[in-house]
Amino acid sequence: MADAPQIPDEAEVRARWGAFAWTAENAEKAKAIIARYPAGRQRSAVMPLLDLAQRQVGAETETQGWLPVPVIEYVAAELDMPFMRAYEVASFYTMYNLAPVGRYHVQVCGTTPCLLRGSDDIMAACKNRGMTKGKTTPDGLFTLTEVECMGTCTNAPMVQINDDNYEDLDYDSMVRILDDLAAGKQPKTGTQNPKRHTSEPEGGPTTLKEMVKANHDYRKEW
Amino acid sequence: MSLADKDRIFTNLYGFQPWNLKSAQARGDWDKTKDLMKRGQDAIIEEIKASGLRGRGGAGFPTGLKWSFMPKEPRADRPSFLVINADESEPGSCKDREIIRHDPHKLIEGALIAGYAMRARAAYIYIRGEFIREAETLFAAVQEAYDAGLLGKNAAKSGYDFDVFVHRGAGAYICGEETAMIESLEGKKGQPRLKPPFPAGAGLYGCPTTVNNVESIAVVPTILRRGAVWFSSFGRENNKGTKLFQISGHVERPCVVEEEMGISFRELIEKHCGGIRGGWDNLLAVIPGGSSVPLVPAAEIMDAPMDFDGLKALGSGLGTAAAIVMDKSTDVVQAISRISYFYKHESCGQCTPCREGTGWMWRVMERLRTGDADISEIDTLYDVTKQVEGHTICALGDAAAWPIQGLIRHFRPELERRIRENGGALEAAE
Repeated sequence: MADAPQIPDEAEVRARWGAFAWTAENAEKAKAIIARYPAGRQRSAVMPLLDLAQRQVGAETETQGWLPVPVIEYVAAELDMPFMRAYEVASFYTMYNLAPVGRYHVQVCGTTPCLLRGSDDIMAACKNRGMTKGKTTPDGLFTLTEVECMGTCTNAPMVQINDDNYEDLDYDSMVRILDDLAAGKQPKTGTQNPKRHTSEPEGGPTTLKEMVKANHDYRKEW
Repeated sequence: MSLADKDRIFTNLYGFQPWNLKSAQARGDWDKTKDLMKRGQDAIIEEIKASGLRGRGGAGFPTGLKWSFMPKEPRADRPSFLVINADESEPGSCKDREIIRHDPHKLIEGALIAGYAMRARAAYIYIRGEFIREAETLFAAVQEAYDAGLLGKNAAKSGYDFDVFVHRGAGAYICGEETAMIESLEGKKGQPRLKPPFPAGAGLYGCPTTVNNVESIAVVPTILRRGAVWFSSFGRENNKGTKLFQISGHVERPCVVEEEMGISFRELIEKHCGGIRGGWDNLLAVIPGGSSVPLVPAAEIMDAPMDFDGLKALGSGLGTAAAIVMDKSTDVVQAISRISYFYKHESCGQCTPCREGTGWMWRVMERLRTGDADISEIDTLYDVTKQVEGHTICALGDAAAWPIQGLIRHFRPELERRIRENGGALEAAE
């Protein structure tokens, strides 16, 4: 429990978020999300709606967003489910932030495949910029979290910052990405290795080479 | 012998070409889907059975057989569902991501055909929350399919009504377990259910449900187009077909690549990954199937066939075919300890042996890493892994136990050396 988030002061949070409601655009989105599930099973929409709510909070606070208790209550009421059932979901899944985060949520993968390819260097690059695991920098710009496998193991090490992945990192490229973000620039997403496109071997694919240049139809060779 | 490009299923694996419907159709997707479906539901299931396709999510259960458990005549008040497992979170695995972001129409077409064959009303694709951009692609691809009349009422003019919905997770490895996934889809915490009842009897919303991996579903249209005989011409008996391999860790060039099942580890690495970093003599061990399977020392893995039975014979498993390669610079105890931390983090907390055991095992692993332990504790740790294994509702407990058992089996001298160098053995002797 030592690394559990500090739940912010309730009275203050209620004063700020007690009147939370969907924006017109998000109200439309919420309706479309609920329609994906059978009638009477609207509770299935709790995960996407919590995500939508977190994004709306993020847009209002210019951060990645988080889920204040009154916002979870709002989502629970919309789906006609007890608050505690929604809170259970919000606290079970790691992508819901139960405390405020910074403008950029820097999530460094530290699981074994990334560890083997040097995720310690990526963590060091973050720490040398004054970040501490589980904390937000005083300027409110970066929150650092070590996360578990993000499923991009052949492009390790990697970091996910808000909605984008940065892959095939090393210390220098990580520093550059953080510098760019701090300066308000959008770094190139995906692989940072100039000799790679996505998950093919560095230097070019060993298979399916025709596909590099054109949309080859292999059916003619069947 | 080598798999030719024309026999690879995922031709846009690396995303050099667009994923959109028009490009996918030019590559052969959604080509006369209606005619494939016209063969009839039982004929499709028989063809998949004959192809020898085994589930690509790790357990390797025969896909066609799984489908045949679904009710032949679903009741109107209890429709059947297909749930597609795209909650790819097993450390080492990164194949479903490539399918979803670069070849999503193979998956969507497969969903329609598989859903039709098992007489399902709709498919839910459960994609892990961290695949944010990938989910955007998938949502857009599904919309394209609806707009083109390939999904929805009279899908692909087949006369069959079928919907495909995308559901995003929110960061929980355990939701890759099929009943936890169903719980999560129902809007609850992802805690696995006791089986029986199995999902084919009572799954999503209490209705008959089949949960399949992304790759298992995405290969279906191609198998039907080219025939079971074509698919089963690859690989060894009981281990048929082609497979996406993912090689990470200490190879020169890590990559995802589609190869024939049963390719030898050496050939896979030499052909696609430029060899082991520092040469084959520098290879220490390999975790051949994602973090849940025990590691295999260098000498045993080098010429082993990469398929279900070949790796089982080595006391490990194919899992998702995600090979994590470790050279001799690796602190192997740290590598396994980090996996133990992963399972501690991802335990859902439902069963005591796993909730308490994963944390306990990780803490002992951390002490073994520095040698701050007694030699007898190695046996105690082994005993505890045996207490966790098989005593939990789902397989996460087993998955947490096996890597440690593998480490003790193959690297016990290394563990003892650390303890001795730290002075632990002296204390024990006194």
